[in-house]
Amino acid sequence: MLTALGVIIGIVAVTLMGMAISGMDSSFESSLAMLGDDVIYVQKWPWGPVEDWWNYANRPPLQDSHAAELNRLIESAPNTLLDVAVPVRTRSGTVKHGDSSVSGVYMAGTSGDYGRIITADFREGRLFTETEAESARAVCVLGCDVADALFPSQNAVGQMVQVKGYPFQVVGVLVRQGSFLGLFSFDTQIILPIKAFEKDFGGKNRGLELRVKIKDKKQLDEAKEELIGLMRRVRGQLPGERDNFSINGAEAFKEQLDPVKKGIAIAGLFVTGLALFVGAIGIMNITFVSVKERTKEIGTRKALGAKRRTILLQFLIESIAVSLIGGLIGIILSSSLGIAIGHVFPKLPVAISPALIIISLLVSAGTGILAGFAPAWGASRLDPVVALRYE
Amino acid sequence: MSTARTTRPYGPLVIDIEGVKKLYQMGAETIHALRGVSLKIHRNEYLAIMGPSGSGKSTLMNMLGCLDTPTEGHYEFNGKNVAAMVDDELADIRNREIGFVFQTFNLLPRSDALKNVELPLIYAGVPPHERRERATQVLREVGLENRMFHKPNELSGGQRQRVAIARALVNRPSIILADEPTGNLDSQTGVEIMALFEQLYSLGNTIIVVTHEEDIAQHARRIVRLRDGLIESDKNVG
Repeated sequence: MLTALGVIIGIVAVTLMGMAISGMDSSFESSLAMLGDDVIYVQKWPWGPVEDWWNYANRPPLQDSHAAELNRLIESAPNTLLDVAVPVRTRSGTVKHGDSSVSGVYMAGTSGDYGRIITADFREGRLFTETEAESARAVCVLGCDVADALFPSQNAVGQMVQVKGYPFQVVGVLVRQGSFLGLFSFDTQIILPIKAFEKDFGGKNRGLELRVKIKDKKQLDEAKEELIGLMRRVRGQLPGERDNFSINGAEAFKEQLDPVKKGIAIAGLFVTGLALFVGAIGIMNITFVSVKERTKEIGTRKALGAKRRTILLQFLIESIAVSLIGGLIGIILSSSLGIAIGHVFPKLPVAISPALIIISLLVSAGTGILAGFAPAWGASRLDPVVALRYE
Repeated sequence: MSTARTTRPYGPLVIDIEGVKKLYQMGAETIHALRGVSLKIHRNEYLAIMGPSGSGKSTLMNMLGCLDTPTEGHYEFNGKNVAAMVDDELADIRNREIGFVFQTFNLLPRSDALKNVELPLIYAGVPPHERRERATQVLREVGLENRMFHKPNELSGGQRQRVAIARALVNRPSIILADEPTGNLDSQTGVEIMALFEQLYSLGNTIIVVTHEEDIAQHARRIVRLRDGLIESDKNVG
């Protein structure tokens, strides 16, 4: 069984790698849906690294008035692909109630239209109204983790919280949404009316982002084109002038995720290759020993009429069997590991797929063939006279 | 045994060896195991090959069993030129024409008697149900129908050798080639095995026994004695 260890480790490595990558993919998909995969972001800076930063630094900041103008244009366009634009200012801060406090809360200041672009439902209460937003009322909506931390045994709605020292009344609590790739939690956020946000926390000069919901996510590219045209009108840009804003979509994250996946794949394949190599050497070794121990049996089989390929196949099948057993144990190990990880970290979707099992079995069978070939070939070439005399 | 002893008439020629030489390279030394042996064996003979160690007895046996080919000379088995055959062709001849009985039985330890006897039929490509039928039949012939599902370590020495003889018989070969078949048995069991050979001979089988024991050789109808790689004498007995 020790000889199969290399194969076991190799298969565990390759399946865990596959599970990690497919897990990241599906986690990414669900996170994307959480962000809203039908929402386009208009910002000063593009997502992802830029080299010519000086071309972006001098862009005029976006204003919350842009959102109102965009919405006016959207409403007057008959065949628009866009639904609604919402201004959002963000920063992070501490939220308190009595002695409890939650730090590092993601604060979003937005308009009453925000309800049209978020995907989450309300656990209790509601979003602030347009009127409340416009009049800069000190009301807020809490992410469920914030609400649970500050109000463990009572309803949060109606209670007062201190946001960076300013009092806000809770009007709603969102349902649990989970986190984005396990990194950024949507449940530790607080949503405030943008006017109140600006009054208490400033940030007029820091600029904001516009979130624009589209009607059909299948027409993402066309919707982006339309949005660029509308934004240029809002910004009063002349034809030929370069856009002085960036259109960002959540799918841009995918490009950033690719090098991570590639890294995991390379590391995984390296470990797999190394372990399978060790496993192959082990299997080759026991097959050599098995051939040696059964030299007389090989002689007998040849005397009884076994041809070369019969002997070759006999030992190849043995080495493939050992390798396949190792592979099966590896698959069982890594799927139970996957289940265990799923229990400890429910946010990480790790699952073994049928394709992964088939690949693993093929890889182990291949290892068995490669490892067993030399000893099996040697066995098939034994001189029956010499083999029969062997004691 | 000697009371019921009859010599059956010869059948057609099976083995025709003419001027066979075999050389081995042992380091710098060349060993002349066979220096020019000629021998004709017919169907339905009972032949013993005798000789002290180093006489070339084993080499001749390997040659007769198509395990080895001559360095020089002519060997025809049922009219086919064995000297010119390659490995897999020799394997085929061994499978169909020769039944081996070894001194150490050479049974597969992890397989039961039936599976051991089926082995040559597997190599001959016989379908499973027919394999089982024929293997059961020969095991009955050697008196082991009650031991078919026993593994070799659950059988006595004599029973093991009977399984080996059944295995040798199962493909209905032209010759049965036994190498010191009683060498690992006590004398009483040895007598029983030789009685079985006598019975097989009387049923029309061709038997070649290689031995250095005079009283074993005396069971045969013809004794070929080797010395220093040459045939010293070739006599019919009884």
